Amino acid sequence: MELSYFAIIIGAIFVNNVVLAQFLGICPFLGVSSKVETSLGMGAAVTFVMAISSVVTWLLQQLLVAWGIEYMQTIVFILVIAALVQMVEIILKKLSPSLYQALGIFLPLITTNCAVLGIAILTIQKEFSLLQGVVYSVSTALGFGLALVLFAGIRERLDFEDVPVAFKGIPIALITAGILAMAFMGFSGLV
Amino acid sequence: MNKLQIILSGIIRNNPTFVLVLGMCPTLGTTTSAINGMGMGLATMAVLIMSNFFISLIKNIVPDKVRIPAFIVVIASFVTVIQMLMQAFVPALYATLGVFIPLIVVNCIILGRAEAFASKNSPFDSLLDGVGIGLGFTLSLTTIGAVREILGGGAIFGVDLGIGDYTPLIFVLAPGAFLVLGYLMVLFNKLAKK
Repeated sequence: MELSYFAIIIGAIFVNNVVLAQFLGICPFLGVSSKVETSLGMGAAVTFVMAISSVVTWLLQQLLVAWGIEYMQTIVFILVIAALVQMVEIILKKLSPSLYQALGIFLPLITTNCAVLGIAILTIQKEFSLLQGVVYSVSTALGFGLALVLFAGIRERLDFEDVPVAFKGIPIALITAGILAMAFMGFSGLV
Repeated sequence: MNKLQIILSGIIRNNPTFVLVLGMCPTLGTTTSAINGMGMGLATMAVLIMSNFFISLIKNIVPDKVRIPAFIVVIASFVTVIQMLMQAFVPALYATLGVFIPLIVVNCIILGRAEAFASKNSPFDSLLDGVGIGLGFTLSLTTIGAVREILGGGAIFGVDLGIGDYTPLIFVLAPGAFLVLGYLMVLFNKLAKK
């Protein structure tokens, strides 16, 4: 596939935003995004994991193709990502205990963050080269972080509003996300 | 627990979408029409039933420490099987659902039920739990898909209702997924309170 790097970046961050247009990584989007600070941390963790996993899964895919066992893709990818997340967890625990505390349960949950596996699979499906794949993954992760931080900003305000009982919690968050997704639709047709 | 109760609790009291709020990605991503929602629900249900049954069978052999990776491998294997079957027999649906089929692997519902139910109960009960939760998930997805299809496309299960000129397309697009699910949850909360 011939695509300029600029088109890949703008496309992944704004036009096909991973959360608001492709619906990948909704769990952390709804779970972690109550504070801007935690969202930044989560965004950074996901960016890091995605960048590494895209390189590793791209290389592994070449092996799978060479051995003619492409059908093992799902199993191999999920195991590699799980191992990577474990590694990031150990590193973060050592380097930044406060961030580790803040991210809490959601760090191991990056394993089941469909965005990471989803983007690994999409990179292969779009037949990107290794460099294109890395650029695509990192931009997608940045788009994820952007959506998370924007959403957290809105939710911090939402806490002070008098929301009807039936709307409290997840429902109002989903409706807010819907309006945010509408705003992002303004970018469609850009690339 | 009564056998029938296991199935029923998955549909209402433990409804994966509206009560447990699990598996949101496929719920939002594949419900552009009633048929797509139902297809996704059934594919997930098939994986859930098989993985619940198999995990319950091996629960005493697998050491506690490597429990989660072992479960994930089991689930991923069944997902691969379903993926190949769908590719062969329903290629159109497979193409529409796209990346969400391999992503059944990371659907929190499946690992969640493996942890919470299958690793503690008998194989037959786990199978029933898979049926119940799977039905709950399929029903929710079909409902969301139907609402979006009616509001956005003026049709249901592909049958044109003749109101296509008056329906806002937004409900079939991305924002509509969030809005419809949000308002359906409000409705569910309201009804459940009574």
